[in-house]
Amino acid sequence: MVGIAIAVILLAFLIFPVLKVIYVAFQDPDTGALTLVNFSDFFSASLFRESFYNSFYVASVSVVLATLFAVPLAYFTTRFNFSGSVLIQTLGIVPLIMPPFVGAVAMKLLFGTNGSVNLLLDEWFGINIPFMEGLNGVILVQSIHYFPFILINLSAALNNIDRAMEESAQNLGSRGMRLFRRIVFPLAMPGYLAGAALVFIKVFDDLGTPLLLDVNKMLAPQAYLRISSIGISDPMGYVISVILIAFSLFALWTSMLAMRGKDYSTLQKGGGGLAKRDLRPWEKVGCYAVVIFILLLVLSPHLGLLLLSFGTIWSYSVLPDAYTLAHYTQMLASSSQFITNTLLYAGLAALFDVVIGTAIAYIVWRTGLPGRKWLDYMATGALAVPGVVIGIGYLRTFNDVNLPFVDGPVASWWFVIVIALAIRRLPYALRACVAAIQQVSVMLEEAAENLGATTQRTVWRITVPLMTGGILAGFITSFATASVELSATIMLVARESDAPLAFGIYEFMQSASGRGAGAALGVIAVVIVTLATYFSHRIIERGKQRQAPGNVVREEA
Amino acid sequence: MIGHLKNVLGATLVSAAAVLLATPAIAADGKLIVVTSYPPDTTTAFKAAFEKKYPGVKVEMLKKKTSAGIKYLQETSGNNTSDMFWASAPDAFEVLKGDDLLVKYKVKVTGIPEKVGSFPINDPEGYYKGFAASGYGIMWNTRYLKAKKLPVPKEWADLKKPVYFGHVGMSAPSRSGTTHLTVETVLQGEGWAKGWAEWKAIAGNFKTVTERSFGVPDGVNSGQFGIGVVIDFFGLSSKASGFPVDFVYPTVTTLVPANIAIVKNAPNQHNAEAFIEFLLSKEGQELLLNPKIRRLPVNPATYAKAPSDFPNPFKDSSIGSRVKFNLKLSKNRYNVVNSLFDVMITYRIDELRAATKAIQEAEAAMAGKSNAAAAKLIADARAAVNATPITEAEAGEEGYNKIFKKRRKKASVKVTGRQAEVEGKWDDMVKANYARAKELAEKAKSML
Repeated sequence: MVGIAIAVILLAFLIFPVLKVIYVAFQDPDTGALTLVNFSDFFSASLFRESFYNSFYVASVSVVLATLFAVPLAYFTTRFNFSGSVLIQTLGIVPLIMPPFVGAVAMKLLFGTNGSVNLLLDEWFGINIPFMEGLNGVILVQSIHYFPFILINLSAALNNIDRAMEESAQNLGSRGMRLFRRIVFPLAMPGYLAGAALVFIKVFDDLGTPLLLDVNKMLAPQAYLRISSIGISDPMGYVISVILIAFSLFALWTSMLAMRGKDYSTLQKGGGGLAKRDLRPWEKVGCYAVVIFILLLVLSPHLGLLLLSFGTIWSYSVLPDAYTLAHYTQMLASSSQFITNTLLYAGLAALFDVVIGTAIAYIVWRTGLPGRKWLDYMATGALAVPGVVIGIGYLRTFNDVNLPFVDGPVASWWFVIVIALAIRRLPYALRACVAAIQQVSVMLEEAAENLGATTQRTVWRITVPLMTGGILAGFITSFATASVELSATIMLVARESDAPLAFGIYEFMQSASGRGAGAALGVIAVVIVTLATYFSHRIIERGKQRQAPGNVVREEA
Repeated sequence: MIGHLKNVLGATLVSAAAVLLATPAIAADGKLIVVTSYPPDTTTAFKAAFEKKYPGVKVEMLKKKTSAGIKYLQETSGNNTSDMFWASAPDAFEVLKGDDLLVKYKVKVTGIPEKVGSFPINDPEGYYKGFAASGYGIMWNTRYLKAKKLPVPKEWADLKKPVYFGHVGMSAPSRSGTTHLTVETVLQGEGWAKGWAEWKAIAGNFKTVTERSFGVPDGVNSGQFGIGVVIDFFGLSSKASGFPVDFVYPTVTTLVPANIAIVKNAPNQHNAEAFIEFLLSKEGQELLLNPKIRRLPVNPATYAKAPSDFPNPFKDSSIGSRVKFNLKLSKNRYNVVNSLFDVMITYRIDELRAATKAIQEAEAAMAGKSNAAAAKLIADARAAVNATPITEAEAGEEGYNKIFKKRRKKASVKVTGRQAEVEGKWDDMVKANYARAKELAEKAKSML
């Protein structure tokens, strides 16, 4: 029943609107007849082949770089007594909140050919490193931007591993890298793969970053440029969308294949085993050095953003000329409704996402419903649908629908923005929920049912509580990314009073005098989402303490 | 099936909305919804002034970039909620007019001439009105030029010089309607072959082709590149905001009118009419002189109030009058020109840059020497870069243009070739030419 309801929602708000748009890909541009000729045009054009190669290259290298950022942060904070773990975990998520436009502007000011770093390098050593030139820039920004997907999912997985496994390995003499490589990492594999697959697909499909860096020889920008240019609505943009969707599903399928036949669930849940280990002093110094270096690097866009929001003029210089609060007063005078709208939209969207995500995860992994995997594929397919396609699809589908209590057509109702955000961010929450359920041993649920609990009660009292960490991780990712999304929203905003924050930043960034104010609004976005993330972490931590071994023993005694 | 789906959908929405309060309905009268591509500096000033004059009317400025605005109006036309479309590029209005999404309106204000420079101010058929004009020019970052010891460019031809290699930025005509007009103006002024050669010589010096037209002033302001080809208000408002930049009109500049139109089935038609009248009135036109808005009014009388260095296209004949702009020609080959620019420049900028660099180096080595064989090779290399896949006649031919038309043709109209197929062929030719040019220039250099 729930499965059918979800399928209907996905069909109505994802498949149907998208089909309405991508149908064009299969139409002969001259006659309108069904054809595959557009696909043969795609593969015979060297521009598209190069774009495909570039997208693939950028996505692969970004996954590698993102892994290098994420693994040390996740491992150190979950396995050792490391002061500031919660702070590090929180800061590690901040890069996900890269407000549109201003993030790229800040990165260019810091790392561009004439950015702060290169101006200093040039002054000191007479060299210039092309961090931001062409594909390099896309890789750098994307891996910084999306590595939290790996961090969040890997951390959740590491917290869920039965530490008795590690304890046994340690008793048998394994430690250091060997322990990590042979025991910990393989056990955390579902989380890592969930994160890595997301990074790959997201980078492969992402449009905003390459466009802002003026890199257009990649697939998603090619699709976007073709779809959105005035006068060009030839099928090629839609062909590329179809190829993006197909390739994303293929990547997902591959990651599932890697997991097949392996059981990663453990009976005892996090906190049940060994306490966190202590580091020797010199190890501690090394770890802190690594952590601080990574944090500095991944937070550099936000440092740049902060400087931009307080700086007066920042042009061809290492730092801004002077500092001021004027941008904040300019921004606050006109933008308070953007902030409340964003909290409302992103919060609702993330809530829908975890509810639907948990339901899909449960249906896929715990029931024998026919076609259940398709729910997963359908929802994940949303990842690959460019925001403009969703936006246009919604306008096309819902503009003629009128509801009695809505002023005007449904397509111009603010709630449609919430739905668009929820659909676009569902894959993030879904991957987190799936990883969480994979780590819950079905035996725990069977035990509950043997003791007479109904299925509903088991789900509610056993499965969902055990998945809490993953569900919260999903909520955070959905919320954080929804709060700065622009591509679908920009098509759907019908009233200025309904506009979210990202739209406000977009507005500011259209004029020279708005750069500082846009950055200030970006800083506000980052602060809001960071606070939300921090409090969610506190909730997770408190939940864990409640399950900690000491308490259990006391209760039993 | 679809009907059923809609019912289900409606039910879902109703139940969702029962939980969440819907936004309170706003009274339909006394509103004006304007879809616009203009920055807040412009929209807030006009909104405030208009609301002051008509206290009962609440103006909503709905910012969308021009192409998104067009899509939005097209997709929502069945159940339209917008009153006006307010943007620069006349081509955007042509698209909407072609889709029958605008209504005619006869302006009551008097004293506005037919043309600014050689450009007609209003749509001859009366669907959209020009309210201001803007000129194209060159902006540069003073710190950047000083640090790199570059001279200040004054003319378009300066931008071709090897000294500016890798320092220039511009937007693509397919991304920005105003850039399209500039490209088209040069093509009409210089002729097809020479015009494209001119653009490629400038583009060979590009650091980047930006995705948005605002990306150009943004890049110059932050010093990512030193020099940008921009519309005047971008350069002048950047300067007014305190950035170390400056702007100049080259002796031959092009004028771009900025327009406004009433959307068909506008819910607040009378307010929309009032807004047009206000925009063209004395007070409305004077608002344009504000340094953060900075557009050239279409009412010649307004210039009396302008500061002394303010350019006046009605007096100064160098602004926008040299080229007799042929709007029909431009409209006919609109998509072909966009597509050609993207294929030859935007998407092959790396290859074009490499070829340009090789030619510039060969020419530098050639300076002061005489070597007929090398000179021939350099000339051949230039010719290979300059070659265009199609002739002007082909670009203007109706049948050829049909391939690039945005709407699918009826089955009865026979068109041979698909856009992607044609572009693929162009691309193969352009890529091969640039590679050959590079090879020839390198060979010439090795001979010197």
